[in-house]
Amino acid sequence: MMEMPIPSSIILEKKSSLILKLQKILPKGSVIHDKYETKAYECDALTAYRCPPMCVVLPETTQQVSDVLKICYLENIPVVPRGSGTSLSGGALPTADCVVLGVSKLNKVLEIDYDNRFIKVQTGRTNLSVSVAIEDQGFFYAPDPSSQLACAIAGNIAMNSGGAHCLKYGVTTNNLLGVKLVLMDGTITEIGGSFLDAPSYDLLGLICGSEGQMGVVTEATLRILRKPESARPVLIGFDSNEVAGACVSDIIKAGILPVAIEFMDRPVIEATEAFSGAGYPDCEALLIIEVEGSEIEISEQISIVSSIARRHNPVELRESKSNEESAKIWLGRKSAFGAMGKINDYMCLDGTIPISSLPFVLKRIGEMSKEYGLAVGNVFHAGDGNMHPLILFDANKPGDLELCESFGADILRLCVEVGGCLTGEHGVGIEKRDLMLDQFSKEDLEVQMKVKDVFDPKWLLNPAKVFPLSVSELRRNQGI
Amino acid sequence: MPLDKSIVAPKTERELSEFVKATISRLRILGAGTRPISLPIYEAALSTSNLKGVTLYEPGALTIVARAGTPMSELNAVLEAENQHLSFEPMDHRQLLSTSGEPTIGGVVATNTSGSRRIQAGACRDSLIGVRFIDGAGNILKNGGRVMKNVTGYDLVKLMAGSYGTLGVISEVSFKVLPIPEVVGTLILNVSQVSTAVEIMSMALGSPYDISGAAFNPRSGEVFIRLEGTENSVKMRGSSLSKLLSEFDQQIIETDYDRNSIIWNTIRNVTSFSKKSGDVWRISVKPSDASFVVNALSPAEFVLDWGGGLVWALVNQQLDVRSRLGAIAGHATLIRAKSGVEKKFSTFHPEGPVIDLISKKLREKFDPRQLFNQGTFG
Repeated sequence: MMEMPIPSSIILEKKSSLILKLQKILPKGSVIHDKYETKAYECDALTAYRCPPMCVVLPETTQQVSDVLKICYLENIPVVPRGSGTSLSGGALPTADCVVLGVSKLNKVLEIDYDNRFIKVQTGRTNLSVSVAIEDQGFFYAPDPSSQLACAIAGNIAMNSGGAHCLKYGVTTNNLLGVKLVLMDGTITEIGGSFLDAPSYDLLGLICGSEGQMGVVTEATLRILRKPESARPVLIGFDSNEVAGACVSDIIKAGILPVAIEFMDRPVIEATEAFSGAGYPDCEALLIIEVEGSEIEISEQISIVSSIARRHNPVELRESKSNEESAKIWLGRKSAFGAMGKINDYMCLDGTIPISSLPFVLKRIGEMSKEYGLAVGNVFHAGDGNMHPLILFDANKPGDLELCESFGADILRLCVEVGGCLTGEHGVGIEKRDLMLDQFSKEDLEVQMKVKDVFDPKWLLNPAKVFPLSVSELRRNQGI
Repeated sequence: MPLDKSIVAPKTERELSEFVKATISRLRILGAGTRPISLPIYEAALSTSNLKGVTLYEPGALTIVARAGTPMSELNAVLEAENQHLSFEPMDHRQLLSTSGEPTIGGVVATNTSGSRRIQAGACRDSLIGVRFIDGAGNILKNGGRVMKNVTGYDLVKLMAGSYGTLGVISEVSFKVLPIPEVVGTLILNVSQVSTAVEIMSMALGSPYDISGAAFNPRSGEVFIRLEGTENSVKMRGSSLSKLLSEFDQQIIETDYDRNSIIWNTIRNVTSFSKKSGDVWRISVKPSDASFVVNALSPAEFVLDWGGGLVWALVNQQLDVRSRLGAIAGHATLIRAKSGVEKKFSTFHPEGPVIDLISKKLREKFDPRQLFNQGTFG
């Protein structure tokens, strides 16, 4: 079980005076402190961990964000920034002595510029609604996390979110041009803008993925792209994980760059088949490979992909011929998490590995699954090695969560051992916090913490995340 | 390039770390020294040019790891053997700056040097997935790694890219690489006005044809729009693009490989400014501001890349470019000037007080003894 720091009684005693101060600077209804209402903010999508905060504030302007932070800064009160609360790593998990700062009311589109190919939005806006705002002109915003219907741009920036199509289009950091940032002491500043690259240090790159520990981003300038004319997937089934892995590697080596290469193993194929009836073949491993372009380009790329796949003796090879067939191919993949959730509770991991290690890692996960007595399914972005093992467990069975977490930690250590990392797109949060020393030396973490010292010298912003508690303890406790 | 005797060039990362630990001199950090864009105040020079070699290359995983002093020519040859490349096509500064020697990959990273494909494939910092470096205390540190999707901890990889050796001495770098496109085709149009050139480039970049380069050379009066992919794809997209831009005066779609290399090397490396007198400025703005920039500076010569978002300007010595540009969003870097001019105008664009303070504090954390490239970034 992940520990959280013991709440400070000094801070808890300030609760009522703090609420009065916050109510004075925020519009009516923007300070939530009723113990039933704060329950809605007690967790994010890592639902195994819950803790209602002291209060929740929902500011409507950047100035109000700044005013809130200034008060908390002066009173030494920790602040947990929150987008839509869809983090899978506990990035928005509160502590009992914190103020949750939600940006959900900051959801406007501020500027759309097709000639210069950018959109400027407030960061409470959801990921998908950014693309919706520009789709009638044929444009889109590329990063597409699975939670894109709900997740906010603020959270995407905090976690440097990816998605299924990042093999071609990159992740958030590659599509972010500028931010308006509010520092913990209330200072408002801008970094970047409608132009490319920084004059000196790449602070934009530093902010992106900093898990809400350096500042609160209230506005973002995002790169937008013209939609490709069309896109189509091909579905390929294999009778072993190794062969599917080798096929991925051969496709990439052949010089084809599909926009997505998704991989599912048998447990996930069976679960999704039972759940969605997508019509997947009965096999050990499935690849969904999507290519883009004009019809002729798509046909050309699909024929190259198919000819490579045929050399690996697929048990099934299905090229989509229509939008309906494409939707059917994606149906199972898109419902994979839901399908696994139907079987039992699950924990979704997020480690990345070099693709050359794929067969070995899948074999080891299978062996560990037997040792732990917990089933695991694998569904992931194979083109970039970002795995998503789903470990099934029963939250109502005493000890099962702990067993599952310990299995998960072993898988993540394995990812690091083969040359990969703990998290490819979900972030460290609290979930992988205590494994950071498996990937980094103390010195590596120290230099990262020094960066936080610069932005947030009192360590008030989302303080109990990212770094192992023992490693960050002195810094976190300085104000107490 | 034979190294000057006063340059220390350790052969291992460990030696590099020991040297930094022991030194009390202010250091100039360099690779091969082909990009002397900002000359610091120093007592000794420390080069990574002896840290050479590709340490890991997995073509099937699109990743390569190399020591910082690896010459670009060596790295490119290793990649080309597998038909892959660094997709950000880094600029070679030698002709523009009249320098010699073999540029190193560490130098490319330290200066975040990119090329015309920046608008499609991103900058150096976007392909960079891992770094190892020595901080001012001599600690050997790492960030990122060798996998392309990685959000474990803070992204110091981005911070190190473009930090001009002021935060640490980069010892090893990892990249995401991409396949070399099978065919390249460039649509060439005759254009005399800057505003028309930018309009054409914006139309092309706003099309679904995945443009990988859009540049304007006013001397020849030509706009270049680059397409890359399979033979059929380039052919198809070329004819669609040509239709889209039918109202403008088009020449041909150049598909000859060598001719394309010349066109894009000339643009990327700004060779047309070579050996010509005047100060060279590199200005990053949003593309539609390019006309304003050109009007405000009346440069002796200029080149537009990145669809107009990058303006290279050759101006009269000592012209105060930044004050001419006023409050326009973007930044101007003084890339080449007669000695003394860079003292009048800082090399890098001053940012607001908040960013300046953050930058200063970051530097104090990484290099508390103030050893590295003092004077660069103020």
